[in-house]
Amino acid sequence: MGLSLLLLFLVATLLFFSIHLLPGDPALLVLGGDSAQPTPEQIATVQARLGLDRPLPVQYVTWLVRVARGDMGTSLLDDRSVATDLANRLPRTLQLVIPAILVATIIGVPLGIFAARRRGHLADPTASTVALLGFSMPVFVIGMLLVVVFSLGLGWLPPTGYVPFGEDPKGFLRHLILPVLALSAAPMAITMRMTRSSFLEQSSFDYVRTARAKGVAERSVAWRHVLRNALLPVITVIGLQAGSMFAGAVLVEYIFSWPGLNTLLLNSLSTRDYPVIQAVVLLAAVLFVGVNFVTDLLYAVVNPRIRYE
Amino acid sequence: MSDQAKPPTAVSLRRLRRYKQVLVGAPLVTLLLLVAALAPILVSHDPNALNARAKAAPPNWGNLLGTDEFGRDLLSRLVHGARITLLVGVSSVILAAVGGTILGTVAAYSGRAVETVIMRAMDGMLCFPPILLGIFVVTFLGQSLINLILVIGILYIPRFTRVVHSSTLAIRELEYVESARALGASSLRIIAWAILPNILAPILVQASLAAGHAILLESGLSFLGLGPPPPTPSWGRMVEQSGRFMQLSVLPLFWPSAAISLTVLSFNLLGDGLRDILDPRLRN
Repeated sequence: MGLSLLLLFLVATLLFFSIHLLPGDPALLVLGGDSAQPTPEQIATVQARLGLDRPLPVQYVTWLVRVARGDMGTSLLDDRSVATDLANRLPRTLQLVIPAILVATIIGVPLGIFAARRRGHLADPTASTVALLGFSMPVFVIGMLLVVVFSLGLGWLPPTGYVPFGEDPKGFLRHLILPVLALSAAPMAITMRMTRSSFLEQSSFDYVRTARAKGVAERSVAWRHVLRNALLPVITVIGLQAGSMFAGAVLVEYIFSWPGLNTLLLNSLSTRDYPVIQAVVLLAAVLFVGVNFVTDLLYAVVNPRIRYE
Repeated sequence: MSDQAKPPTAVSLRRLRRYKQVLVGAPLVTLLLLVAALAPILVSHDPNALNARAKAAPPNWGNLLGTDEFGRDLLSRLVHGARITLLVGVSSVILAAVGGTILGTVAAYSGRAVETVIMRAMDGMLCFPPILLGIFVVTFLGQSLINLILVIGILYIPRFTRVVHSSTLAIRELEYVESARALGASSLRIIAWAILPNILAPILVQASLAAGHAILLESGLSFLGLGPPPPTPSWGRMVEQSGRFMQLSVLPLFWPSAAISLTVLSFNLLGDGLRDILDPRLRN
């Protein structure tokens, strides 16, 4: 818990200094860099809005206090509350991330066990190669491939777009399938590889030999003895994947025109809406730390050895 | 069962199997580097030359892969794109490896306070998803090849710092380092002559894997329009542009997609294989 809080503090600090570390006056950067020629009034307005006219330590403390209270300021464009925007967008990103993690786990873990138990047969190198390909392909290539096959080719699913669940549950699900598949490909491959190597590692331990020696059936050795221990590192890996997926969704949301957090970020980029951009990056980092904290808790629940330490 | 307990042929076969990934990955990486180096010789077209008469042309003898919507030769853009991709991938990884090695050894060799500051800062940096931080920095710093290399390079410093830090901590307690210290060698000398040569293996493995990641990140940023500014041929942007016309033709979308995937796959194979060979703990 303490470590997570420390990390959050570090994250907020790094993000605060990021704009100051970039070469150039922050107000000018926000107003468009070298190409734009803002009037002194515009510069003064932005400086006042972002609090850049005050001394750096004051800005820093103000920023930390605001972040701690969840106050992310207002959009430079139209004074909307950034926090409200995030609250509207976050659920839609979660609608992609949560199913994607479930798909990755439900397919990745059994595939890993399958490959590990068939070590030395053709199935293992085949599955491992597919997994390697799975995280060597950029997510946007996988996304476009899915669109080409399932929308253009077969015409089964819509290529892009979003329909709220409340309006049309069936349409919502139809629009959900392709982005979720695209997003789950890489974590699925990583989960599969981790499960496989962890399963193989556990299989070489003495307790497995003991179980076999006392006549436990092979199936039971795999599922009751090996798997229980093999899944521990897999949980950590899935947690890490889930944490970084909020941002990994950026390309998927872009391809499929999914109005989540990251689309908000990309929209704000063209207008250099600094408070919004900063808030999305911060939220992604906070979610990353939060998910990892939950993963650690989960790890302790699953692994009794940790609880006694 | 140890290797000695098996017939020699089985052992050799297993060794070869272990090197298989490197046997595939290393030639592929070499081939890509050659294509990038020889790009002007391999293709005759200027990758940026516009041809108003042959816009979005299908493959033909003049343009083996056809042309894009501006009439630029796709094969030339693909081959010249390899230069950009590898330049960004390799330079940013070198930057990250050098930065990470310095920070990692400093952290391992200085007092508790410096070590804590460096390593916690790295933990903090790792919380930011690279693509978001990349988007953030490129937007405010401006699009250019140099900025892209700097951003990706800095983003990957923490990985190298961690690897170097933990390897250095393990090695500096070994007897030969202790004897060097007993002979009066300075810390700098010990790091340069006793430690660095021995942590090269994990750095190399990390570098190969990071190159794959860096290329994925570069292509993602290019895909979002934040890569090297046009008309520089970049695979990520080529995917994005040809994706808009996928209803008309899928092939222009296929080539750059395959190029990125193959490049990343080659580096991953090389990295995975090197790790298996160089890390004795993984041999079973």
